[in-house]
Amino acid sequence: MPDRRFIHIGFFAGAGIIIQLLTYFTGTGYFLTQLTMSSYYAIVIIGLCMLMGYAGQISIGHAGFFAIGGYLSSAMTTHDLTPFKGSLPVRLLDSIGFLVDRQGLYGEQILHFQPWVSFIFAVLVTVAIAYLIGGPVLKLKGHYLAMATLGFGTIIYSIVIGTPVFGEADGISDVPAFALLPGLTVSGKMSVRIENFYIAWGLMSICMLLLLNLVNSRVGRALRSIHSAEDAANAMGVDTATYKLRIFVISAVFASVAGVLMTHFNGGIGPSEASIMKSVRYVAIVAVGGMANLWGALIMGLVLNFLSLRGYFGSLDDAVFGGILIVIMLFSPKGLLRKETLSYMRDIVLQRGSEEDNA
Amino acid sequence: MGFELFFQYIVAGVTYGAIYAIVAIGFNIIYNTTGIINFAQGEFVMLGGMTAFTLNTFMPLPLAIIFAVIITMIVGALIEMIFIRWLDNPSVLRMIIITIGISILIREVALHVWDETVRALPYFTGNEISSIAIGGVRISPQVLWVIGVSSVIVVGLHFFFKLTSVGRQMRACADNRNAARLCGVSTRNMVTFSFMLSAGIGALAGCTVSPITYVSYNSGTLLAIKGFTVAILGGLGNSIAAVAAGLILGILESFSIWVMPAAYKDAVSIAILLLILFVRPSGLFGSKERFGLKEF
Amino acid sequence: MLEINGLNRRFGGLQAVKDVSFSVREGQIKAVIGPNGAGKTTLFNLISGYLRADSGITSFMGKQIQTMAPHKIARSGISRTFQHIRLFHEMTALENVMVGRHTQSSSGFIAGMFSLPGTRTEEKRIRNRALEIMDFIGIADLADTDATSLAFGQQRGVELARALASDPKLMLLDEPAAGLNMKETAEVAVQITKIRDLGITVLIVEHDMSLVMNISDEIVVLNYGEKIAEGLPLEIQKDSEVIKVYLGDEDA
Repeated sequence: MPDRRFIHIGFFAGAGIIIQLLTYFTGTGYFLTQLTMSSYYAIVIIGLCMLMGYAGQISIGHAGFFAIGGYLSSAMTTHDLTPFKGSLPVRLLDSIGFLVDRQGLYGEQILHFQPWVSFIFAVLVTVAIAYLIGGPVLKLKGHYLAMATLGFGTIIYSIVIGTPVFGEADGISDVPAFALLPGLTVSGKMSVRIENFYIAWGLMSICMLLLLNLVNSRVGRALRSIHSAEDAANAMGVDTATYKLRIFVISAVFASVAGVLMTHFNGGIGPSEASIMKSVRYVAIVAVGGMANLWGALIMGLVLNFLSLRGYFGSLDDAVFGGILIVIMLFSPKGLLRKETLSYMRDIVLQRGSEEDNA
Repeated sequence: MGFELFFQYIVAGVTYGAIYAIVAIGFNIIYNTTGIINFAQGEFVMLGGMTAFTLNTFMPLPLAIIFAVIITMIVGALIEMIFIRWLDNPSVLRMIIITIGISILIREVALHVWDETVRALPYFTGNEISSIAIGGVRISPQVLWVIGVSSVIVVGLHFFFKLTSVGRQMRACADNRNAARLCGVSTRNMVTFSFMLSAGIGALAGCTVSPITYVSYNSGTLLAIKGFTVAILGGLGNSIAAVAAGLILGILESFSIWVMPAAYKDAVSIAILLLILFVRPSGLFGSKERFGLKEF
Repeated sequence: MLEINGLNRRFGGLQAVKDVSFSVREGQIKAVIGPNGAGKTTLFNLISGYLRADSGITSFMGKQIQTMAPHKIARSGISRTFQHIRLFHEMTALENVMVGRHTQSSSGFIAGMFSLPGTRTEEKRIRNRALEIMDFIGIADLADTDATSLAFGQQRGVELARALASDPKLMLLDEPAAGLNMKETAEVAVQITKIRDLGITVLIVEHDMSLVMNISDEIVVLNYGEKIAEGLPLEIQKDSEVIKVYLGDEDA
């Protein structure tokens, strides 16, 4: 059974190669930029799918976690520490290799945190905040949970837009490249576009595999049981509060990691990434994908974000997602790509296959 | 802080607080008849203010306000009839997502009609610089309008629910929907009516406050969150307590500027929301027992 | 094995459980009966941790459990079923029973995400044991059916298997025969005695008098939250007060 998961992921990763080759041969390499970004967004979305679709806990504040990752790492890699060079903490950080020098946009020297350091710091802060917020928030249900997470998102937004270090309404720009490994750099430069597409696609595939494993494990079963009957899950010995909290933290970390990498890829981040509209958009995509359907969330996350980033929705961008949300919830609350539809389609395909075998 | 300044903070707090209270009452009206929290509640306020602004370009202010309120009420009724009415016992999650979707659609329509510009109605009496002296302190006449209109709304609603037949039927629905239906109350119409009513008072509040606070296409979300905070603070469904809670939140928010950057003002009131949800979700005035009995 | 001592619980003005004490001995089937609103389900919710008692002590295997969270009580060896069936929807019958195995397995989030070798063997063991239990209850053929699409009686079977899957020492069965016809009730009776024969103690709340009289070793009678009688089935049947408040009630 577990092997089938690996085959699916293998196919999916392979699809990445095919897409890259296609863009290469058709001369549409510029698509890769949006595909890379869509892949990062898809990581947020599958994490949220796990929380919403499987554990049944809505969050209308996930853009907040994306922003925590993106903003922390970008602030730490752009804020110049040169004026404090003499101070003890800075000297200390420098001596253990946490700081690096680089040339700024106008040729000035900037002393700032090494991207790995800021990345790990951002993720740790995300974990801390998710634990802190998640503990009390996840005790709430229904409207209260929705409002509380919406409130969390709004707080992050107003902090981001009201704090000079985070660039207020302008956001942060001139975020440096992030050398993951020697020769593997997250950056928006044209020369590394293909490489970056593979980094994003690969990371997304890995995240997907982790979640698929989780869904099909003892923990995944327990999470689904919380979704459908929390009291009964409790009676079976599932520590529902802890499980909800852990999956909340995991999905927050997914969002945060995506935020960090996307920011290094884009070279900057703006307050719209922290906005409620972004959070709602993630929820909408999970809903279209079929709620408790990781593959649906992944594919919809890629497709819809790609279309949106390419500007196909024009000035109706947000309206499209609002509309999607309503239409899906009115007519097909279990989503478009739900299991029944997919297995029905698979049956058709398989049937045709077997007929061909017979002939 | 001098008395003059202190008083100005109070006045500003009361002005905003009155609006939050109206939004909270809008939440309560719909919640009581349907059990739904309408996340698009703030949009009604925005819609009222914006529509009145446009109408005011070619008709006198009082008429513009009346028509804006009527139009918003129609929008409220349409929303209920198109999106809510025919759903058969939908889950809470589904209702939340639908009303969020509605709020986004209204916002986006507003963006396309009125673009991103911030709009305001003229002052109902006088102008920006006119002021009235009360006990040695000068306040803008529009503040008195806001407080006056809000009071009229609250008192009016009180008598509406007490004295009119429709109001009594709505209360019957709130108490026990099935029993009300058996007694011949059309619960469906009551739900439509509750949407109209809460849209109407939201729009009126939006018109009254717009000269002071200005309105733009995206004013709704924040108002909704704060209105919800107030509704929770007062205990969901309890409109008299919502007024008190609205004033408390408005004044707290107003004084928060005094101790921290104004940009964090909104964060303060939301932090209060989170705090209340964590500590006492039944509200300041609600009883825990009753909260426990309501299923979500 | 289970000692209940002076348990009280009040809802507003209503005293749902009033100073109830009794004990359940290991290996027996004990039944709690009483007219509607006698406080039977409240009593169950108190024992299994869903409700906090206002006062009183519940101890299980010598340990006080009245302040423990439901999942901890479950872990200590008490499993329960629900009066209104609470199966996990959008999961198969087998998966439902596998959740019942939760307390007897340990793989966590990290192990699950990385699908470590240990988790895979554990997963196999969970599956096999769940199938065994379904076989024991006689519903193995339903394993891959969506749990909530099953017939009512079959759903009761799945719930029983799910509760049994945790290898409990004590099972609390809340009206296991509610909504079942006579034939199905008889089957439930057989299943419960089979469970007892495994060495599992059973505490059962039931409305169906014939079921209770047939299978239980001892009976406690509640009325308006108070214990009015306790004894062997034959004694209970003859108890004049029980006849007055309960059986009389039933006839009316």
